[in-house]
Parts: sequence; structure tokens; C-alpha cells
Amino acid sequence: MFYREAGDYKTSYVDDSQTFPIALDRRIYMAAAVLAFLVVPFVMTDYLVNAIMMPFLIFAIAALGLNILTGYCGQVSLGTGGFMAVGAYSTYKLMTAFPDLNIFFIVILSGIITAGVGVLFGLPSLRIKGFYLAVATLAAQFFLVWMFNKVGWFYNYSASGQISAPERTVLGQAVTGANAAPWVSYLFCLVFVFALAWLTRNLTRGRIGRSWMAIRDMDIAAEIIGVNPLRTKLSAFAISSFYIGISGSLFFAVYLGAAEVGEAFGIQKSFLVLFMIIIGGLGSIFGSFAGAAFMVLLPVILKLFFADFIGWPTDLVAHLNFIIVGGLIVFFLIVEPHGLAALWRTIKEKLRLWPFPH
Amino acid sequence: MPVELLNTIEVIINGLMTGVLYSLVALGFVLIFKSSGVFNYAQGVMALFAAQTLVGIQTGQVPFAHLINAVTGMHVSKFGFDLPSIIAIILTTLVMIGFAWIVVKVIMVRLVNQEPIILFMATIGLAYFMEGFGDLMWGAELKTLDVGLPSGGSFWIEDVTAQWAVEGENYWGMYVDVLDIWATIIAVFLVAALTIFSQYTKAGTAMRAVADDHQAALSVGISLNKIWIMVWSIAGFVALVAGIMWGAKSGVQFSLSLIALKALPVLMLGGFTSIPGAIVGGLIIGVGEKLFEFWIGVPFLGGATENWFAYVLALLFLVFRPQGLFGEKIIERV
Repeated sequence: MFYREAGDYKTSYVDDSQTFPIALDRRIYMAAAVLAFLVVPFVMTDYLVNAIMMPFLIFAIAALGLNILTGYCGQVSLGTGGFMAVGAYSTYKLMTAFPDLNIFFIVILSGIITAGVGVLFGLPSLRIKGFYLAVATLAAQFFLVWMFNKVGWFYNYSASGQISAPERTVLGQAVTGANAAPWVSYLFCLVFVFALAWLTRNLTRGRIGRSWMAIRDMDIAAEIIGVNPLRTKLSAFAISSFYIGISGSLFFAVYLGAAEVGEAFGIQKSFLVLFMIIIGGLGSIFGSFAGAAFMVLLPVILKLFFADFIGWPTDLVAHLNFIIVGGLIVFFLIVEPHGLAALWRTIKEKLRLWPFPH
Repeated sequence: MPVELLNTIEVIINGLMTGVLYSLVALGFVLIFKSSGVFNYAQGVMALFAAQTLVGIQTGQVPFAHLINAVTGMHVSKFGFDLPSIIAIILTTLVMIGFAWIVVKVIMVRLVNQEPIILFMATIGLAYFMEGFGDLMWGAELKTLDVGLPSGGSFWIEDVTAQWAVEGENYWGMYVDVLDIWATIIAVFLVAALTIFSQYTKAGTAMRAVADDHQAALSVGISLNKIWIMVWSIAGFVALVAGIMWGAKSGVQFSLSLIALKALPVLMLGGFTSIPGAIVGGLIIGVGEKLFEFWIGVPFLGGATENWFAYVLALLFLVFRPQGLFGEKIIERV
């Protein structure tokens, strides 16, 4: 009733292969995009931007990236934090080495560099799989964090070992540095989120996405029907790392401004992003966003309710956060292994039939 | 003997001692993996939780004191008694058995026949849950654990080894922690006890039968539930022993749970299904990372290579022998 594909006729191949073939979907997403670009930046307070919107957008990119690798291609990675660090440090090195280069290109270049590193650490995936591979990616996580900590060249031999982003502008507005207005940073990240989500949607429904899914579902069978595992797995690693690199780059340059590698990109970040895609839904773009929103909102809401409203000490709320997150992970894996995205699908199914039960 | 050689021997001995502790954690992994095909990421957090519970019971802490105080406005913290170590250890073992029962009844039973990776992620969730729960129950601050094991450097070893050096060299003898020696002895006993248990008792035989073939074991009347509870309890006990050792060495705190991550490369080397593999793998990693740090890490790379050496070693190893040293060959069919 509320959600329907009926009456939506396609009369050309172009119609048939558009990004969102269902008219209602198309309108909903367009409305969401208009809202995000034209309304949200002008009504939001600085607190909302810094506490919720920016982490949400940045982690949504990381979740999209990890979802490509884990959800679509079936290769579990625990190295997300390390790859985000690669993105962040490439951004820092590029920003300081080429002060005149536009920050927009720097972010994209950082993504490309991270893609290269991702392919390097993805090479073992040709031999090993499952949680063996998960451990191999842990090697990436610990090695990269150690390297950025120890090799002075990466942080320009600064005394504190920290990296901090100098001010850069886009169209005359400061995007990074202390003078950046929250709405500018927000829009800058949103552009990336929008473009990358669009790209993911089109990658996953095309040839390359289907070969990823074939490898995920059964790699030997996929190989026999002619999917090249080398190309498929490494392309998943490359594209996933590209996304994660961009997310790390934005996280450092636009959101944090200054970062210390062990704290900002430790193993906890890897788990955080993994939890986002489990709760949101493996192999779902909507799920990446839902999971990122959920994991960003949960601590904020818990803190608002228990610490500010009831008045509990904050460390207690932090423990409660751990319990709830862990419990939810187990709950989702038992009850709904496909996450929030599957719940949304069920709701759509119900809306389609409403008010009739069948 | 020249001083360099003596230094190297000291590094190897200390590496072996650390390796024993890695093996202890890895052992818990192997037990659960063999019997239920679950790769239990929560093993490290179980060690942390067991150590926290042990300290809590020993010093008579009120569980959830912080929460109770926050909700009711009271100021409780301790019951005001200290229990002897042995009673505290027995009580903690009971807690770990109860925990094993809950995990199997609530989680494992509902995830039977899922893919290994789903089970793995479920145990990551379990690890998070336990971490928060343990902190909520006993508090997150650093605690000292003392069950009466001796610790500190051994003067005897120092004196004896000091005489081995070439006359006239400035050599002070080897530093070996007595606690590490005790840990090694206890670990050897534990492994021997586990081997005897699994080879010569009825329950142990049933456990091996389940590990071999679930369905065949079911068909001869072995209860999978019971075996799983038993295995998780044993793993809980092994976690307790590991928790006591690490806790006595460096205090009970969050970093204790990270030894689980160190046990992963140990298993990669040794193979996931082999108890001797876990031990040999632990020793190789323990010695390897200490020697690498000593020879290459500190002089050339700026130190702290212990953080990643084990993973990179496991990674290189996996590329050439994916099943590990002692693992069963992986055969795949479509």
C-alpha cells in the first residue's frame, strides 16, 4: 500500500539499468539527499555536527568499505584501524609536502595510496581464508600502527609524535584546521559519502559486484565457473581499502584535526567498524549507514539518558555501553544475521501488503 | 662463555617462559575449537574476568558495588573479610563453570550449524559483553593479584650464571623471574592433567568423540550439550590459570584480555586442532619475538617489535603451510 513497485513500467534499457529502478526508492533517496545537502547544514547546532553527524558520515564510509570486503566478498578483515591510519598519514604527508594541492585531491590520493597498501596485505587472502585471514589482517593492524609510531618520517619528526592538519580551503572556505566552520566540514564529508555510496551501489550490482558475491558464497565453485579469484579478491581489497583510506583521511584531517596513531586508529576502531556492518547488515549499503548511525548514536544516547538524566557516573555508563554492544552483537547474530537492513526489508514487505495480512 | 652468548641464552629462556603463558591461552582456544568448531575470541576476556573475580572474591568486594551505589545512593564497597587463596580459586572456578553453562545454553545452542565466521563474530560480541560485565561487577581499576606465588628475580640463578662468563668480563648473571618458573611448572602439570583426562577418563573419551565427529557421537548417545558445557568449563579453568599467572605478573587490567590476540598467531603456527601444536607454537612465538627484538628490533628498528612480530611470522608461515605445523590438512570440495 505505502510501498509498491506496481505501475512502474520500464520502456527502455536505460530505464531498466538506472541506479534505483523502483520509482518510490528513487524519490525517497533524492529527498534524503536534498535534505542532507540543503536543509541539515543550516539547521544543525555545532554540538550535533561534532558529536553525531561527522562521526556518522566518516564511519559510514569506513563501513561501506568494510562491507565491500566482508559483506560482499566474504573476506573478514580486522585491519580497518590500520588502513584508516594509512589514509590519515598519507593525507598528512601530502598536505605538508604539497601545500598548494587542493585538499579534495589529497583525500582521493590518500585513498589510492591506502588501496595499494590494502592490496599488499590482501595477497595472503589468495592462500588462506576465514578467520585465518582475519588474523593475517591483524598483522596489518599492528604492524602499521607500530610503523607510524616508530618511523619519524611519517610524522615529520615532530616532538610529540602527533600529526596535526594545517588549514586548507575549498572554494574559499576553510575545511581543515581550527578555523573550519562545522557546516563546511559537514558538507565536505557529505560530498564524499554521497559519491562513494553511489559508486558502491553501482559496483555491487554490476559485473565486479557479482563476482565478489560468487567468491563469497563459494570460492571454489566460483573459480570453476570462471571467476578469477586473484583479480576478484584483490579488487575487493583495493576498493575496500580505498574507501577506508578516505574515511581515515577525513577522520584525521576534517574531524579530529590532530591525531596520535595508537589512540585514534587502534584495534578498537577495527572492531567498531566490524560491529557497524554486523549490526547494520552484511552485504547491504543501507545496512552500512544504519550500522554506522546506530554505533555512533548508542553511546551518545546512553550518556544523555544515564549520565545526564539519571545522574550515574560516566564510567558506569561506559561499561554499560560495552555490555549492550556485546549483547546486541550476539542477539543480532542469533536472531537476525542480516542486521538492521533485514528488519527494514521486512518492514517494506509489510508496508507493501498493508492493510492486508497476506 | 662469551657475554653475547650468555645474553642470547637469557633472552631465549625468558622467551620460553613467555611462550608458556601464550601456550596456556592457546590451549583454551584449542579445547573449544576441537570440540565445537567455535573459534573463541573471548578466551582472553575470560582470563581477565576470571582474574577480576578471583581478586574480588579474595578481598571480599561487593559485586556491582559501583552500580548499587549509583542507583540507591548507598556507599558499599567491601564485605570486610579476606578469603584464603585456595577457597577463592575454588569459588572462581564455580563461577566460571556457571558462566560456561550460561554461554552454552544461551548462545552456542542457538548458533549450531552456523558458519565458523559467524560463530567467531558471536564470540567477539561475547568478549565485549564480558568485558563490560566484568568491569561493572568488580570495577575497572588496576588490581594487584596475590595468591601466594613467589615472584621477583632468582638470586641463585644470577649467582650461578655470573660465574659462567669469561674471567674479567663485566657480567652480572641472568635475570629469571621465579614467578615464570612457577608458571612453567604449573603449565606442565595442567597439560599433563588435561592429557590424562582426555585419554583415560570416560568424559574425556566422550569429548574426543565429539571432536572427531558430532553426528556419530550423538548417535552413540553422547549429549553434545553436556560435552560443550564441560569443555567451556575446562576452558574457563584454563583461562583462570592463565589469568592468575599474567595477573600476578603485571596486575589485573584491561591489557590482560589482549593476550587472546597474541594466542591467535600461536594457533596459526601450531594448527587449530592440535594440543601439542598449541604448546610448540607458543614456545616458538615466545622465543621468536624476544630474539627478534634482541637481535633486530632494538638495534635497527627502534624497539617494540613484539607488538607485531608474532602476526607477521604467522602470516608468512600461513602462506606456505596454511594448516599450521600440526594441523590436519585442509581439504575442500564443492
